[in-house]
Amino acid sequence: MSAFLEIKDLYVNAGEKEILKGLSLSINRGEIHVVVGPNGAGKSTLSNVLCGNELYKVISGNIDFNGENLLPISVEDRARRGIFLSFQSPVEISGISMSTFMKYALNSHRKFKGLEPLDAISFAKHLKIRAKALGISDEMLKRPVNVNCSGGEKKRLEIFQMAVLEPELCILDEMDSGMDVDAVKIASNGVNIMKDSKRSFLIISHNNDFLYEQIKPDYVHVLVNGKIVKTGSKDLLLDIKKSGFSQFQKEI
Amino acid sequence: MTESKDALRQVVENDAYKYGFVTEIESDEFLKGINEDIVRCISHKKNEPDWLLDFRLKAFRHWLTIKEPHWGKIDYQTIDYQDICYYSAPKNAAKKTMDEVDPELLKTYEKLGVPLQERAVLAGVAVDAVFDSVSVATTFKERLSQQGIIFCSISEAVQNHSDLVKKYLGSVVPYTDNFFACLNAAVFSDGTFVYIPKGVRCPMELSTYFRINAKKTGQFERTLIIADDSSYVSYLEGCTAPQRDENQLHAAIVEIIVLDNAEVKYSTVQNWYPGDKEGRGGIYNFVTKRGLCAGYNSKLSWTQVETGSALTWKYPSCVLKGDNSVGEFYSVAITNNYQQADTGTKMIHIGKNTKSTIVSKGISAGKSQNTYRGFVKIAKNSENSRNYSQCDSLLIGNQCGAHTLPVMSDECPSACVEHEATTSKISDEQLFYCKQRGLDAEEAVSLIVNGFCKEVMQKLPMEFAMEATKLVAVTLEGSVG
Repeated sequence: MSAFLEIKDLYVNAGEKEILKGLSLSINRGEIHVVVGPNGAGKSTLSNVLCGNELYKVISGNIDFNGENLLPISVEDRARRGIFLSFQSPVEISGISMSTFMKYALNSHRKFKGLEPLDAISFAKHLKIRAKALGISDEMLKRPVNVNCSGGEKKRLEIFQMAVLEPELCILDEMDSGMDVDAVKIASNGVNIMKDSKRSFLIISHNNDFLYEQIKPDYVHVLVNGKIVKTGSKDLLLDIKKSGFSQFQKEI
Repeated sequence: MTESKDALRQVVENDAYKYGFVTEIESDEFLKGINEDIVRCISHKKNEPDWLLDFRLKAFRHWLTIKEPHWGKIDYQTIDYQDICYYSAPKNAAKKTMDEVDPELLKTYEKLGVPLQERAVLAGVAVDAVFDSVSVATTFKERLSQQGIIFCSISEAVQNHSDLVKKYLGSVVPYTDNFFACLNAAVFSDGTFVYIPKGVRCPMELSTYFRINAKKTGQFERTLIIADDSSYVSYLEGCTAPQRDENQLHAAIVEIIVLDNAEVKYSTVQNWYPGDKEGRGGIYNFVTKRGLCAGYNSKLSWTQVETGSALTWKYPSCVLKGDNSVGEFYSVAITNNYQQADTGTKMIHIGKNTKSTIVSKGISAGKSQNTYRGFVKIAKNSENSRNYSQCDSLLIGNQCGAHTLPVMSDECPSACVEHEATTSKISDEQLFYCKQRGLDAEEAVSLIVNGFCKEVMQKLPMEFAMEATKLVAVTLEGSVG
């Protein structure tokens, strides 16, 4: 049986530039995977291409998700199938509050699953429990999406949206960038709360200490020059901390 | 990006103009063209008193001496005024009671979502419906008349309330005002008349639906609203027209007189046929709307949601003559494809302690052009007066234009005039973000747009706010490229 997420020999271009060059990766349900690598290795391309961002063009290779070919599926339908991306730099959308935004998003997920929209009271409850756990104030939920938020607040709101939508594959792109220590704690706490036997995580990061201590990943992959060059346990992160990425770059 | 362009294509193709049907109805039409005989003929047909014929003729003679204005940021071929029919009435239209109204007409209004009887009863809205040139039915007239409120077609008012009409007609918008207002004064065929007596708070929304049906017919309606001392009325107009290849002219006038301590709230949801996606056809909407806050503490509030018409040229204005009077203008103007809108307001502060607020939201998509044009004047003796203007533009795609042209003239040292303006764009990043959360492009755009114009929508009467919100979505859905 193939894995929950199965990426095989993936080649991806951004514009004319070849970014991913034969990347393969399998993630089973319930696992936490970390991808690390130097700048320009293709980490963000990987997360964007999984979500179907049309700025990135798949030249060859496959992505299967939950036994289904993901490539012909639109961005929104991938999202409704349970793929969530926590953005590296979330955009601002003025005029619409975070809570209204989540109401529409959650209901479109529910509609896709053949469920009725949540009534106002159940929705408010659903939101409130998660906001509280992640230290998100009512005032932040009333703010327009990501408007007047610090970098750290934006990241916390990404984790919050993830908690609200309860995806099956959570992709966190540079989740620790722009956050202070406390915010990182809250975010990684969110990941740990959400971790269960069915949900998988793909975390892309630079910050090894934080990953090692807070999240305890099952697997660590090193992405260099568009390819996974090394896969290991979380101890690989210690190795990278000591010697950097140059050891892997030489191998190519 | 490609995906969003596909979404646009899909929606535009699905999104045939919902009100584009034609009602097969026998109508009584004049020959095309305009001359003094036509003007006399309209007046005669309506059995008008001499003073009104005189008013029309003066207007017509003046009109012959002036030229069609082209200062607006709208590009169009000079209109051939001899190719327009100036009067079209469904045969046997002006009926006394609802039961006698032609069933075909009633069906038309039902298709438009104005089932005159039930809707009126359910929503507590009194409706006057104008089909081409004449007013066909006015609901709730009796109930309103118990409070002394007059709500009827202007033709009827000319017959039954001649003194009021004579006193106020042309008092706020004189026939010399501008080219289109002048033409309207000469040939206006019908419209709505409202009089709210002293101290009366009109118990329901008053509403008019305008409908252009006949081919090559201009619509020249005229609305006159008088709110006597300490009265209140909320009035809404809605407009639709069939889908036709040629352009049709709509040149209306709305005049409002607000006396001491009275308040008028005037809302418009304009959904005239905008033309097809290549820019063929559509209504030319040249409208003069102006209100006079004549008394102490008079208040006039304009709210407009402009989604239709190939061309819109419209500046609902307030003349704040009475001390402490208040003028407001809340506008959402949306243009898509090849639509052009040049709209805004004039706030003329004359009295002391007068106050005006302008909130304008322009949304342009496709290859459309959207202009805010505003004029705020504070006269020398208008002490302690204030104006606040806010003009926001939202661009969708990169082939449309948004323009903001505010003019301010402040002659009084104690006055305060403020202006704020922003321009923003729905970006591909925003769309990707929304889609990643499970919204499709249409939902995302309408969510962003509705957020953008929320402030104005909230000013509409409740039941129409929902309609307008839907209309915004329909006009713009997926118009992202």
